[in-house]
Amino acid sequence: MLTLAHFITLGAVLFCIGVAGIFLNRKNVLILLMCIELMLLSVNMNFIAFSRFLDVLDGQVFVFFILTVAAAEAAIGLALLVVLFRNRRSISVEDISDLRG
Amino acid sequence: MSIETVLLLIPLLPLFGSAVAGFLRHQVGRSGAHWITIMAVAGSALLSAWVAWQVFFNGLPTLDYTVYTWAVTDGITFEVGFLVDSLTALMMTVVTFVSLMVHIYTIGYMHDDPGYQRFFAYINLFTFAMLMLVMANNFMQLFFGWEAVGLVSYLLIGFWFKKDTAVKANLKAFLVNRVGDFGFLLGIAAILVYMGSLNYAEVFDAVPAVEGTTISLFGDAQWSLMTVICICLFIGAMGKSAQVPLHVWLPDSMEGPTPISALIHAATMVTAGIFMVARLSPIFETSDVALSFILVIGAITALFMGLVGIVQNDIKRVVAYSTLSQLGYMTVALGASAYSVAIFHLMTHAFFKALLFLGAGSVIIALHHKQDMREMGGLAKYMPITAATAWVGSLALIGFPFFSGFFSKDLIIEAVHYADRPGAGFAYFAVMAGVVITALYTFRMLYLTFHGSTRMDEETRSHAHESPAVVTIPLILLAIPSLAIGYFTVEPLLFGGALSDSIFVREANDVVANELAHKFDHGALAFALHGFVTPVFWLAMLGVGISTYIYLFNPGLAETLKRRLHLAWTVLDRKYGFDELWQKVLAGTGLSIASGLSKGGDRTVIDGWLVNGSARLVGRMSGALRQLQSGFLFHYAFVMVVALVALVASFVLLR
Repeated sequence: MLTLAHFITLGAVLFCIGVAGIFLNRKNVLILLMCIELMLLSVNMNFIAFSRFLDVLDGQVFVFFILTVAAAEAAIGLALLVVLFRNRRSISVEDISDLRG
Repeated sequence: MSIETVLLLIPLLPLFGSAVAGFLRHQVGRSGAHWITIMAVAGSALLSAWVAWQVFFNGLPTLDYTVYTWAVTDGITFEVGFLVDSLTALMMTVVTFVSLMVHIYTIGYMHDDPGYQRFFAYINLFTFAMLMLVMANNFMQLFFGWEAVGLVSYLLIGFWFKKDTAVKANLKAFLVNRVGDFGFLLGIAAILVYMGSLNYAEVFDAVPAVEGTTISLFGDAQWSLMTVICICLFIGAMGKSAQVPLHVWLPDSMEGPTPISALIHAATMVTAGIFMVARLSPIFETSDVALSFILVIGAITALFMGLVGIVQNDIKRVVAYSTLSQLGYMTVALGASAYSVAIFHLMTHAFFKALLFLGAGSVIIALHHKQDMREMGGLAKYMPITAATAWVGSLALIGFPFFSGFFSKDLIIEAVHYADRPGAGFAYFAVMAGVVITALYTFRMLYLTFHGSTRMDEETRSHAHESPAVVTIPLILLAIPSLAIGYFTVEPLLFGGALSDSIFVREANDVVANELAHKFDHGALAFALHGFVTPVFWLAMLGVGISTYIYLFNPGLAETLKRRLHLAWTVLDRKYGFDELWQKVLAGTGLSIASGLSKGGDRTVIDGWLVNGSARLVGRMSGALRQLQSGFLFHYAFVMVVALVALVASFVLLR
């Protein structure tokens, strides 16, 4: 029988994979965007799980909003990525350190 | 007009003239400036003469009153007050008369100078300050006048402020006088502490009560209070009256225009020290040690500064060293307790030295501001009045019988002869030798300037002519007292008791009344006639003879002597190295302390540690902090996550 704990654990695992992906990945900005998506999805997973187990619809409404914003964000992120590649001929995270003090 | 009004007007007229000539110089113009200032000082001279008449002939009693109370604090009053007795009246008359002559002379001397009005404003201000000094009845006003004349002297030495040497000379005068004034101020402070007043009369009354007091200055040694006070006050006089070793500023002050050399650096201001000691004679009489000190310092100045005068080539510097030497004579007289003789010499010297300076100035005008005597010679035929008056001044200076300098100088020598104080033997030798030296350098100057071969270039010679009347009239008016005033005033002033109300001498010290008076049993005429057969006269003639032989008949000899006596000549030419001494010791110490403070305090502590140090600290800290800013996204993300975990953990664990 699936309990709330399983879903929340899944969300936490997804979130941790996303976070780990952000700072373990040194090569590809695309993977960064994917990891951010993954973190957002793990949050969505929590929302859905609580919505289901607590019998409240609000969580599912939230998920719709988050998905919309995530889609818009992915579009902007990919556009930035294209511009970045045009300018620097690279999308490696290690090459982008202009804010270095 | 009441006498109080007259006395108030005497110093205030020149102050007013100075303010008008100085602040409204564009409005009054050149002639306006000299008319106003000359009228002011002439009025002051007339009123001074009237006061002197009242004091000496109509028996005006000593006036000692307060004009204005400035402040009263803790029982000590600071006030402006006048003390008018014979000494003051004499000084006022001399100061205003010489000042008037110099004012008139300045019209000719400064004719083309762009700072014409400024000059008149300064010398009028000087007259005011000097009058305040001599009329003071308390130490505060004395000190005010003392510093004010010093200030005007500073301004006038540097009158040509675009001339580098003048600026250095006025700085030097100011600094050397600070050394003297430091002692003077300590003396006044000691008087205030131990006698509780600044008023002369009250201080003099308090002297017997503290006479035996001793104080410890360094360690356990006990010093007589009166000796300490007297020596401190005399250090002030050494600065102002240019006594060895604080004399170094006076020769350099010749960088100023000649009229002020005559007025300030010969006739009046430099004699302020002599006046001060005479005025405070009740204090100085209590300390034999201080008087011996004064005697020895004066003797050293009289002899050794005269010697330097022999090797000088600048006409004004010769007169300047002669002034130093004569100030030494006055100091010797003070040290021998012959205060009245010192004041008498001060008066005669004021006339003949002002005359000599103005004569030198007249020569300088004629030669278009050339001062080197090696480029003069034979000027007597071009400028007869100047030459004649210079002869009068010179004869007075060497003490030729019947000239005013004879009476005063001869009496100083006699006074030292009879004084029996430690140092009197040396002082007697010094003043006797000084007579030869004085005659030597005086006639050297006369011959090099007015007689012998003409050594200037053709162009200068063709322009050489007698100076205008504004120059020659003061010369003549000063030549008259240089010639005659000694003869007429010596008996009443010194032996008739005219100065006895202002000068106090102890019975045992009183050489003037005890010994010198007998010389005058037969009057001034007999004394002057006797002057032709004294050793002093023959010593002077020896000096005259030497310089006549060397400079008139055998001009090559001077150069030969200079080469033969090269060492002695160098020592004299370097002025015994006093300049170097002060430069190294005082100025050097001051400079090294200052550079130490500048390096250690200012640059290291303030600039290095506080200002630049704090900036460097911020730089270092940010240098360390910027290592955190790697620019890599994953580092920032890592920090964020760690911080988030820590935050959440703290919420969980610390709840």
